[in-house]
Amino acid sequence: MIRFILRRLLQVIPVFIGTTLLVYYMVFALPGDPIAALFGDRQPPQAVIDTLRSQYNLDQPFWVQYGLFLKNLFTFNLGNDFTGQPIAASLARVFPVTAMLAVEALAIQAIFGVAFGVFAGLRRGGWFDSTVLVASLVVIAVPTFVLGFVFQLVFGVQLGWAKPTVGANANWGTLLLPAVVLGLVSFAYVLRLTRASVSENMNADYVRTATAKGLSRPRVVLAHILRNSLIPVVTYLGANLGGLMGGAIVTEGIFNVPGVGNKLYQAVLRSEGPTIVSIVSVLVLVFVVANLLVDLLYAWLDPRIRYDQ
Amino acid sequence: MRDKEMTSPDVRIDETGATGVRPLLEIRDLAITFKTGSGEVKAVRNAHLTIMPGETVAIVGESGSGKSTTALAAIGLLPNNGKVSGGQILLDGEDIAHASEQRMIELRGNTIGMVPQDPMSNLNPVWKIGYQVRETLRANGRPSGPDDIAKVLSQAGLPDAKRRANQYPHEFSGGMRQRALIAIGLSCQPRLLIADEPTSALDVTVQRQILDHLETMTNELGTSVLLITHDLGLAAERADKVVVMYQGRVVEAGPSLELLRNPQHPYTKRLVESAPSLASRRIQVAKEQGVETADLLAPAAETVKPETFLQIQDLRKVYKLRSGLGKATDFAAVDGVSFDVRRGTTTAIVGESGSGKSTVAKMVLQLEKPTDGRILFDGVDTSALKPAELFKFRRRVQPIFQDPYGSLDPMYNIYRTIEEPLRVHKIGDQASREKKVRTLLDQVALPQSAMQRYPNELSGGQRQRVAIARALALDPEVIICDEAVSALDVLVQAQVLNLLADLQANLGLTYLFITHDLAVVRQIADHVCVMEKGRLVETGSTDEVFESPQQDYTKALLNAIPGAKLMLPPEVA
Repeated sequence: MIRFILRRLLQVIPVFIGTTLLVYYMVFALPGDPIAALFGDRQPPQAVIDTLRSQYNLDQPFWVQYGLFLKNLFTFNLGNDFTGQPIAASLARVFPVTAMLAVEALAIQAIFGVAFGVFAGLRRGGWFDSTVLVASLVVIAVPTFVLGFVFQLVFGVQLGWAKPTVGANANWGTLLLPAVVLGLVSFAYVLRLTRASVSENMNADYVRTATAKGLSRPRVVLAHILRNSLIPVVTYLGANLGGLMGGAIVTEGIFNVPGVGNKLYQAVLRSEGPTIVSIVSVLVLVFVVANLLVDLLYAWLDPRIRYDQ
Repeated sequence: MRDKEMTSPDVRIDETGATGVRPLLEIRDLAITFKTGSGEVKAVRNAHLTIMPGETVAIVGESGSGKSTTALAAIGLLPNNGKVSGGQILLDGEDIAHASEQRMIELRGNTIGMVPQDPMSNLNPVWKIGYQVRETLRANGRPSGPDDIAKVLSQAGLPDAKRRANQYPHEFSGGMRQRALIAIGLSCQPRLLIADEPTSALDVTVQRQILDHLETMTNELGTSVLLITHDLGLAAERADKVVVMYQGRVVEAGPSLELLRNPQHPYTKRLVESAPSLASRRIQVAKEQGVETADLLAPAAETVKPETFLQIQDLRKVYKLRSGLGKATDFAAVDGVSFDVRRGTTTAIVGESGSGKSTVAKMVLQLEKPTDGRILFDGVDTSALKPAELFKFRRRVQPIFQDPYGSLDPMYNIYRTIEEPLRVHKIGDQASREKKVRTLLDQVALPQSAMQRYPNELSGGQRQRVAIARALALDPEVIICDEAVSALDVLVQAQVLNLLADLQANLGLTYLFITHDLAVVRQIADHVCVMEKGRLVETGSTDEVFESPQQDYTKALLNAIPGAKLMLPPEVA
């Protein structure tokens, strides 16, 4: 098992270099001059432009820029962004916020998705199952930005249950509403996956045998149906965590959450190569670790899966 | 219709219950209904059954006869859409046909145990064996320490039980899993054990060991057993009484040997006749065809030129197995096998799972490359065939596989399934192909109307007929049957074997028959090759091998056939 983890961690190196190189190159190839954009309509003196260019290594060829970026990364000196802020500091500000949001959304998906899915799957065709199925279809069909604005309006403004926007004071409470919106679509998928998996496993021979052994119904459901049904769900949730960390741009925008999505969006608008690539690097690590966790969880859920061969 | 004679059955309900002894289980007038998309279906009607304490009773019947449904009703495990719609199930005098779920949970495990059919699917793959035993003991309020678990497992004949309890089901062989399931079924010493085809998924020799052990255990504990099986020979050998079910009804019941020697009901008679016991001979087809008997009785080899058609020479297949440290070890699945197959005859390769018999078949079909050795087909070394020649070779050698559910594409209708090989080999035009398909359907005795149907609309026997028609479409000379009748019920099996024998007589086909079932071999084969662990241990004509087996392994295989030692009256044999 340890060998497997080590091998997986070693895989991070090529994945990391590949993704950062790709992203760095795409930023490099973007049309427009970031320095010119910095000054808007004004035309700065050529000397200033040249100074700024060499300060951000923009006068160097691509490979040198990329090499310098890697060097800085490994010496934990991410440098400054175009507004003069240290990149490391702004990452340290935005990542915890997004992490909180992602964990909250993930928890909502996992807990409610699995619980609803199990109940629906056990009584397939019953009223609960039918209701939940239609509701989940609606959630999947409505785009996140519509859902986000509706929730903001109804729960934030009209009912006043939550703050309509998060702003500077991001904590578990204020992030709940955006987390619900963010988690809702995946919640519907988790629910449907669990439901299908449960209703399939319910008819498995070993479930009947478990009942024949004299086990009570809750025991049969927990030990023999639920655990076996979680395998596909865990895959989905794991892949989803990476997405939640990086892809909350719409939700963070609606609720004005100062998180990774917002930061990334602004950096892209300004063609800030170093900031973009720094964020992407962290996201790559998050993805790799999340996938590793999923694989380990797999082996725990299904002992037939062994990684040491 | 046949159904009519079934509705007035000569039911000999056993009333041997001596005064003063109450039956442990008594099923009276049981009716079970299933709700389906097309209304209610009566799966069981007027079923009667009595089991005395310590007695073993077998229910025999084909799939769909209601035998498993009856047994499941007795332990309250009918599928959700099924319900008991009439009659009583008396367990020690208490009617449990409509007992509450709570009451059934109390009874299950403790009073009624179950050993299910398929050891591969009945243990939860994600829990250790020991855990699955422990939860049984716990749920029924029995001591469940590591020693108790080990004791239960070792009583079921599992060696090294302490260590084994810590393993997962996938680390067990089929026979070991079935032992674990027997351990679970008997762990709380129930008074009644329902054994639903407990060994039908296992090799014959393992089957025998397991049934012997089950018998010893239930005798020691004084457990009554309700044995469900499709195999009349096995039922008669293991049970005191046999109950025969057909289309949801009990058509006959009585003490085992009496019922076997003197069957009353037409269905039982047919079942006894087609029981693939040792007595049956290769002339079944002839018997039914009257005039042609004389021709067929002559050995098939003499009616067609007895030339050697297929030569297998020193065939070897080595697989690389990876061990934990990445070192590969060689595993010889087939090790130095040589035999000849003559034109127009049937050669059977017999062996248990893992003996390498299917690997030989795959190599003959050119689906696997031999590591060593040669396969000469009609004098030509098949390993030297160029792609175009190989394509032509495939036309002459066709397979029929075991699982008629898995080997037909569910999205193709029957016409398309049978026509496909013709299309692939660009034979004829649309009209002539359709004519060919019609002829083929006639040959395998399927109605023309079957053309527009899909595999899921056919029974298992019909599907296997479709598979045969597809194999015949290219007018092949050799047909390789890999366990082609193993998945079928006894009567259907007999029909398909007859069909294959007919086709051989009419078309001069050569068969290579891969099977684990020696009883089938006796009915169809001219020559037998017995394989064990990749090696050929014995070859000879069918009569030689069956009447004077030379090798211990062959003897063990022959002894393991259920019902082999039963005495049957000569007119049935």
